[in-house]
Amino acid sequence: MNGKIILIIFGMAAATYLTRIGAQLIFAHAGMPAWLERWLKHVPTAFLTALIVPELLLPQGYLDLTFNNSYLLAGIVAAFTAYKTKNVLLTIVLGMGVIITLNKLIL
Amino acid sequence: MEKNKTCRRLKTSIWKEVLQDCLPMSAGLIPFGLTCGIMGRTAGLSTFEITLMSAAVFAGASQFIAIGMLSSGVASWGLIVLTTFLVNLRHLLMGAYMAPYFLKLPRPLQYLLAFGMVDESYALTVSRIERKGYDVNYNLGVSSLIYIIWLLATFLGALFYQSIPDPLEWGIDFALPATFMVLLIPRLANRTALIVSLVSALCAVWGTLYLPGSWYIIVAAVAATLVGGIMERSKPNER
Repeated sequence: MNGKIILIIFGMAAATYLTRIGAQLIFAHAGMPAWLERWLKHVPTAFLTALIVPELLLPQGYLDLTFNNSYLLAGIVAAFTAYKTKNVLLTIVLGMGVIITLNKLIL
Repeated sequence: MEKNKTCRRLKTSIWKEVLQDCLPMSAGLIPFGLTCGIMGRTAGLSTFEITLMSAAVFAGASQFIAIGMLSSGVASWGLIVLTTFLVNLRHLLMGAYMAPYFLKLPRPLQYLLAFGMVDESYALTVSRIERKGYDVNYNLGVSSLIYIIWLLATFLGALFYQSIPDPLEWGIDFALPATFMVLLIPRLANRTALIVSLVSALCAVWGTLYLPGSWYIIVAAVAATLVGGIMERSKPNER
């Protein structure tokens, strides 16, 4: 066991927890203003989009809008499936099917 | 008596809901956790150390970055901890969104739920809030299940790191964006939401290209939320 690594892990844990509890610590004392609540309504939409889009358009770190980008093609299939069915499992299975087919069988 | 029964039925149905929502997501989470264990071992951490990291930090992206820094020799405590803090700043936004629900709960529960607030549990809980309202048991269930899966997957990945082929090479990591997509698309029902999403997408692409680390998530979320807030104010009746 490496003491330096353990210290790094605990430092990371403390830093991460601070980001998770921070908002509550602030609002527990000050209360949340109404305008902020109205703005925060859009956080999930903005946040989910920011998580998804780079994974599909820049899977290797650069913008790839060609048919060689299996994540983009799978993303289009998945978006369509999600829109039509709202079924998570079906969306994952179809999307991953596209990726595996393209990566392992064709390319 | 009667009340007790209803109560129990309610609890079982919550657990069923938790399992139903978490299982598809774990298809993406398990390979991610396995990879974390494998990468940790490859970078020279012991099985105990990398499992401890998953147990104490519980934040995938920042763990990957820390492992990368450790293996490239940048092992300064301050730099790794600061990077972790910056990568995880997005939790402040998520926490601010959850605060009105959390602040009504007893303190110990608040602190526990904050620890379990990760991308996945946040996304599921928010979607549950909009469909049926907030439920502490649901939130707690989702967070603990995701925590257990993350811990076990890291441990197994570290344990068998030589015999598992890299699961990310197969594109199995697509399961997470696919899950998020099912949560996102029903939200895009009005013009404001569509524009918020579009702004976020553009900023995220720009940020991935030109900003270091995970800053693109924070920049995109803040910019898109601001645009949404401004549109909201000029159109007070749209919901």
